[in-house]
Amino acid sequence: MEQLVLFLPLIGSIICGFGYKYVGEFAATAFATGLLFIAAILSWVIFINFHGPTEQIYIMRWIESGELSSFWAIRLDRLTSIMLIVVTTVSALVHFYSFGYMSDDPNWKDGESYKPRFFAYLSFFTFAMLMLVTSDNLLQMFFGWEGVGVASYLLIGFYWRKSSANSAAMKAFIVNRVGDFGFALGIFGLFYFTGSINFNDIFAAGPSLKSENIEFLWMEWSAIELLTFLLFIGAMGKSAQLFLHTWLPDAMEGPTPVSALIHAATMVTAGVFLVCRMSPLFEYAPNTLAFVTVIGATSAFIAATIGLVQNDIKRVIAYSTMSQLGYMFAAAGVGAYQAAMFHLFTHAFFKAMLFLGAGSVIHAMHHEQDMRNYGALRKKIPYTFVAMLIGTLAITGVGVPLTHIGFAGFLSKDAVIESTYAAHSLVGSYAFWLLVGAAAMTSFYSWRLIFLTFYGSPRGDIEKHNHAHESPFSMVIPLIVLAIGSIFSGMIWFEDFFGHHYNEFFGSSVYLSPENHVIEHAHHLDNWVKLSPFLAMTFGLVLSWVFYIRYPSWPSRLANTFQPLHSLLYNKYYFDEAYDFIFIKGSNALGRVFWRIGDGWIIDGGLNGLALRLIPYLTKLSGKMQSGFMYHYAFAMFIGLGVLLSWFVIKGVN
Amino acid sequence: MSSNALTIIFSEIALIVYVLGALMYAVYTKKDELTSKLIWLTSAVMVALGGLIVFFGSGESTAFNGAFIDDEFARYGKVIILWSSAIILILSRDYLTKNLLLKFEYPILVAISVVGMMMMVSAGDLLSLYMGIELQALSLYVIAAFNRDSVRSTEAGLKYFVLGALSSGLLLYGVSLIYGFSGTTKFSDIALALGQGPTPLGLLVGLVFLISGLAFKISAAPFHMWTPDVYEGAPTPVTAFFATAPKVAAMILFTRIVFDAFGEIITDWQQIVSFLAVASMFLGSIAAIGQKDIKRLMAYSSIAHMGFALVGLASGSLAGIQSLLIYIAIYVVMNIGTFAFILSMEREGKSINNIIALNMYSKIEPLRALALMILMFSLAGIPPMLGFFGKFYVLKAAVDAGMAWLAIMGVIASVIGAFYYLRIIYLMYFGEETEKLDGSMSTFGWMTLMVSAIVMIVGVVNLFGIERIALSAASTLLN
Repeated sequence: MEQLVLFLPLIGSIICGFGYKYVGEFAATAFATGLLFIAAILSWVIFINFHGPTEQIYIMRWIESGELSSFWAIRLDRLTSIMLIVVTTVSALVHFYSFGYMSDDPNWKDGESYKPRFFAYLSFFTFAMLMLVTSDNLLQMFFGWEGVGVASYLLIGFYWRKSSANSAAMKAFIVNRVGDFGFALGIFGLFYFTGSINFNDIFAAGPSLKSENIEFLWMEWSAIELLTFLLFIGAMGKSAQLFLHTWLPDAMEGPTPVSALIHAATMVTAGVFLVCRMSPLFEYAPNTLAFVTVIGATSAFIAATIGLVQNDIKRVIAYSTMSQLGYMFAAAGVGAYQAAMFHLFTHAFFKAMLFLGAGSVIHAMHHEQDMRNYGALRKKIPYTFVAMLIGTLAITGVGVPLTHIGFAGFLSKDAVIESTYAAHSLVGSYAFWLLVGAAAMTSFYSWRLIFLTFYGSPRGDIEKHNHAHESPFSMVIPLIVLAIGSIFSGMIWFEDFFGHHYNEFFGSSVYLSPENHVIEHAHHLDNWVKLSPFLAMTFGLVLSWVFYIRYPSWPSRLANTFQPLHSLLYNKYYFDEAYDFIFIKGSNALGRVFWRIGDGWIIDGGLNGLALRLIPYLTKLSGKMQSGFMYHYAFAMFIGLGVLLSWFVIKGVN
Repeated sequence: MSSNALTIIFSEIALIVYVLGALMYAVYTKKDELTSKLIWLTSAVMVALGGLIVFFGSGESTAFNGAFIDDEFARYGKVIILWSSAIILILSRDYLTKNLLLKFEYPILVAISVVGMMMMVSAGDLLSLYMGIELQALSLYVIAAFNRDSVRSTEAGLKYFVLGALSSGLLLYGVSLIYGFSGTTKFSDIALALGQGPTPLGLLVGLVFLISGLAFKISAAPFHMWTPDVYEGAPTPVTAFFATAPKVAAMILFTRIVFDAFGEIITDWQQIVSFLAVASMFLGSIAAIGQKDIKRLMAYSSIAHMGFALVGLASGSLAGIQSLLIYIAIYVVMNIGTFAFILSMEREGKSINNIIALNMYSKIEPLRALALMILMFSLAGIPPMLGFFGKFYVLKAAVDAGMAWLAIMGVIASVIGAFYYLRIIYLMYFGEETEKLDGSMSTFGWMTLMVSAIVMIVGVVNLFGIERIALSAASTLLN
């Protein structure tokens, strides 16, 4: 059954991608979608029936070379089963949704066949993501890791006629290379120390790695701290955390279903999954964990501030994604891996829904993405409006305070925030305050999105408003399914993920060191801590209402008053410009040096000199020496003899 | 002399008895009419003797007070010498017939020189060494000038003889110095003498002379000058023979003497060998670029290849000897295949040696061109052909022995050397149409060419197990 879940998407991808010419477009895409639904149902069966200890399901021998030995196996435990349902469910729904969304895409000419390619990429992505989450060793995980990277590249650049899409695809790929470099170094390092890449061996070596040191760059490091740090670099790239986040907003160039599947629900959470999966190592690396928390909390905060002022509907959600991923890392960093997984799980539902809802709005508005040109759409697209409303209620964390009743985000986000406080550490407090602040901003920009899109008066091109229409059922049904998830997933699984049964639920899949009592502490916090996220959310909601419903002129006045701050946020803290200056201009300059001097002068010049002058000269010389006269030959022999003899006579005997 | 000694030296005695018998028989009966049969018979005898050595040779034994050694190392060399000579003899038949050179002395002389080579690889004493070398060389002088009506062939024979005599002089002078400073001519005793104290400079001088003499035999630069002229002038089958068996014999002998007799002063002879290796690799690679005659080109090619083999020797380690043994085995196969092709290069019955004649050869004979291309790639050392692995092993041995600089020189030389091999491929596939070659190939020649090309590719799998054989042969030498 597990093998089926893993391979059905691959089969769908191959048949859809290569076979559509023989079976027709509709059959091919429907086939891939059907297989995905089967995989999703099987995943739920696995998830619900799974109780036991970690299972390893052998598929085949993979690589044997020297000490390196790895099998291709499925590692089935709680973490895997959670990821299985997240990946396959969202993927199946996105496949279904794409029937409507991709039906008549203005980016393509009449008669061009683009849908099978799109579905094949989606299915291939799903396969790669499943490889990643089911991996039993680092090599397999790296395979999946790179596989989703490739799929992401292909799908961001899906509209290959748009040069902005092509650049965005390259940017995503290249920025991820930085993270992957760290990840790869981490894998090498783990292999160096443990002689294995299999999770069982590596996890067992956690305690012993703690006492080892390694020389890296210019100083001595604790092996476990360095290795986990390197792994986290990889996670930062994939999960768009601060400093490696610049690719994620640009990735919105891809079709919206892609944004929902890859850049919100699944691939970008791979980093969080990696940290949770590696908990047996991270638990021994307190400094790396602190770093994880700081990066996570800071990312959450920074992304939220940028989200406040963005106008592109998809970009707002993209920054929101980055922010929510920061929440997950903050939780993992304080040792509450369960809270991180919980938020990952609920986030997949409501964020996928927000994206698909945004897609529905964009679809209705004829591919207009600027929210300043929306307004008063709630009557025209009522289902989408309700879905977006539910998504917003979920992401902002609406619920009944001090109980476990509320939308999905209410439970999971509060779990994250409470965990950071419960860590009772300096970084924990840092994270707590930043996350509460981010919660207020999340509420603000999420409601801003709703108010700008669905309330007020129509703005922008009036033609587009007149033709706005509700999306077809293939797009609405996934929204309904995800809405159910966004409402109930938090309440249903709270006890399992974060409540009193978390230990039985996660079993051995997450390792907690004996000193780690974060979750127990989180169960017994003061009421003001439990209330603070809710208060922050309410504050954001009220402020948003004031700004965008009550006094719509305030935002621009405020922006004018605080012009420098506004431009800083609007320009995303100038990260792109700084990177452009440092890395792109810098490497261009370096490249020019290598090209002009290194390649042009030294290599070309050297080769021309050597290959066109020196070698032919020597060839001619040797031809001359080969005169045909015997005494010349004898002379050469004596010269050789003389050289050797002189060498020994001058050098003496050893 | 005990009967035991006769058993140990059985294969040499068997071959020489056969040769003398064949000579007498031919002289007193039909003479040249017998040549064709004699060639087949001689080859058969050599193949059989090789098989005998493979199946029955075992252990390590010496005869004549250590002057003759029979060990795995020697047997490795003998098998290659016997089998490659046998193949080349058969390959020669067609060419000799066409060029009216089918004289019965030819197989006889080849067989005698093979006996000399077998003596060389088994030599355990400076005198038996010299005996083997001279027995081999004297026959080779004669067959170099075998086409006695051709000025070039005669010139080649004469040059080879005079310079060979000079090298023998150097070698003997070295032998006398070594004897004078160590008091013995036996390899094992020289090693003992060296172990007893500081090395006298005179002994080193003797070693330099000795190595110079040997370097002449393997045509290592700067003692290589005879090679292009002799290769070009001698009849092509003779060139093919020169390029294979004698090189193996001399290389094996070289290795044995520096390890058996001078194993105590490895660091000293390493310097000489490194010098010879670098000089040969570069000279072979650079000078070949200017050659239009494919036989001259192969002469420089063999100089460069000997340089690479010497890199293995210069490493002075077990892995170094192993890599050398692998290298020469691969080298011999590549050369047999290439010469099988060169023997077929003719236009209207006349031999053509100019590489320009290969222009667009792929259009005329696609299969042969393909085989030659594979061999050229292999000679150039391009993976995944076997030639690459030969180079890989010697360079690895050098790096492991801490002589990375030598390996780097080898790589540079091999890059330069790739040029002329690739040019042949270029001519065959992308050249301009010129007068065509129309030579037919004997079945045996065609098979040899194809088999050697296939070996170059299939060998990638496990090098036909030669690694293991070479390792055990090499380790007998170091014990």
